[in-house]
Amino acid sequence: MISLHGRTVVPGYAEGEALVTREPISGWGGIDPAQGRIIESRHELNGLCFTGKVLVFPSAKGSSGWSSFFQATRLLGTAPVAMVITSLSTKSALGAVVTRVPAVTDLDRDPCELIRTGDWVRVDATHGLIEVKPASERS
Amino acid sequence: MILTDEEKRMRDGAEGAATAAAMDLLIRYGDALACDRLCDVRNVAGTMTQPSPVKQKLVQEGGWERAFAVINLDCDDDIEVPAMRVPTCQLQAGFGPDAQGIVPYPQKSIELQQDAEAFYGARGVSILATCTPYQVGNIPVRGEHCAWMESSAVIYANSVLGARTNCEGTASAGAASLTGKIPCWGNHKDENRFGTHLIDVRTPTRSFLDWGMLGYFAGGVAGEEHPVITGDLARPDLVDLKHFGAAAATSGGVELYHIPGVTPEAPTLEAAFGTAKTPEPVVYGPAQRSLVYRTLNSQGTTTDVDFVLLGCPHASVDQVRRAAKALEGRSLSPGTELWLMLPRALKDVADRSGYTAVIERAGGRLLGDSCPAMSRTAPKGTRVFATDSAKQAHYLPAILGIEAWFGTLEDCVDAAVTGRWRGDLR
Repeated sequence: MISLHGRTVVPGYAEGEALVTREPISGWGGIDPAQGRIIESRHELNGLCFTGKVLVFPSAKGSSGWSSFFQATRLLGTAPVAMVITSLSTKSALGAVVTRVPAVTDLDRDPCELIRTGDWVRVDATHGLIEVKPASERS
Repeated sequence: MILTDEEKRMRDGAEGAATAAAMDLLIRYGDALACDRLCDVRNVAGTMTQPSPVKQKLVQEGGWERAFAVINLDCDDDIEVPAMRVPTCQLQAGFGPDAQGIVPYPQKSIELQQDAEAFYGARGVSILATCTPYQVGNIPVRGEHCAWMESSAVIYANSVLGARTNCEGTASAGAASLTGKIPCWGNHKDENRFGTHLIDVRTPTRSFLDWGMLGYFAGGVAGEEHPVITGDLARPDLVDLKHFGAAAATSGGVELYHIPGVTPEAPTLEAAFGTAKTPEPVVYGPAQRSLVYRTLNSQGTTTDVDFVLLGCPHASVDQVRRAAKALEGRSLSPGTELWLMLPRALKDVADRSGYTAVIERAGGRLLGDSCPAMSRTAPKGTRVFATDSAKQAHYLPAILGIEAWFGTLEDCVDAAVTGRWRGDLR
């Protein structure tokens, strides 16, 4: 079990399987809210679905539509269950707020390095605590 | 978050339920940013009128009041939408009535947007309907705190005008319009406005194409931070910096850059970095320029072009004039369409100046309010498009699943006339 400590962006608790990228995520033009998928053609997660996952990403990039596209995933039922964001900006902060999912940033170690896609992640955003059970240890 | 007495009164409902919801959103947003106070803004550029499937459903359920509550305030309650507290404008949106019969875009969406414009106009939202409010009269002064959306407008306001805005979203801009407040974070503070990366340009950067490619490179280098650009640069104009900024905000998340001797907060290279040491430069030479060109042109394999898109960000009058000049006396290939996007207010100028007539005689179209990426709409059957915009070349293939070519205005017009892409980096 790996633990990371950070700061609350949106309080709350959620757990789920991690979907991790080391590349910034674009909202508008980068995701399809109807399907809950990354659609940016050159993105390493292109085609993958984040619905129900703990989305772990370094930062938000691109259009100011970032937050409303993630808000749309909430309204359409395709949202991630939590967000872990290495470097926060207005786009990702507002995005997490209007997606209304627990979210954490400013972690003591790099979440995009330590968490792997498929790991089971508990996000206690209220206390800024993240616990990771690596996929290799999951039965 | 520390609130003033005025802000507490708003939060507690003294100005009505909508303003209280707006203040609640600003507090949640400010807390998310670990920001301790709000600052006053009286210039908001947001989006309220653009149709979307989600918005259409909300309007059916509870009218524009419901749509504004959910989308612009992140509020689930039934509220009445009052007049905007501070000057607020609508940015680019969906296509308008001028697109009817030309653009394969639902009539229902055009009507929904017109309905929205009446609703929001009556509440004091100016319908500029452009991604370039600074081209049609909304030009904040240096140091002015704003709450703007639209990454290409935000980077222009911060860098070229020296105004102060973060890249706001739909809900934070909506909340700002009802309160005149926004978290005092990031670009609003002096200490956060200095350069972080130095880019040394060692290849002549002269043209609109050059500036767009340099911007695309700068965004890749600086990410969300602040590139400072020096070197072999011709003095840019509004159009060059419009393209540069849009590209830098697309490939990275740049909201502020400095060009010493050109942009207002960087009279010198040293001033651009403030008290920090000037970093080692990242070189942008012929090899880097060539790589950017190849990257932007890596999304096309078929050289048959069915669609040419100009005016991203929305064209200036001078860009329309240049497009008219390039199209004078020529005709588009039968299988190719050409759209030039611009603010409707400038379309009026283009009409009076005769540019519209020249472009339409050649078979091209001038369209206001929107763009193919915003409205997710291209001519029917488009498989391959060409554009002079790095931003549109980046986004449209993902949004519409089409191939892209990127080049100069002349290359694009040549493609529109011949139906073939023959552009190259010269």
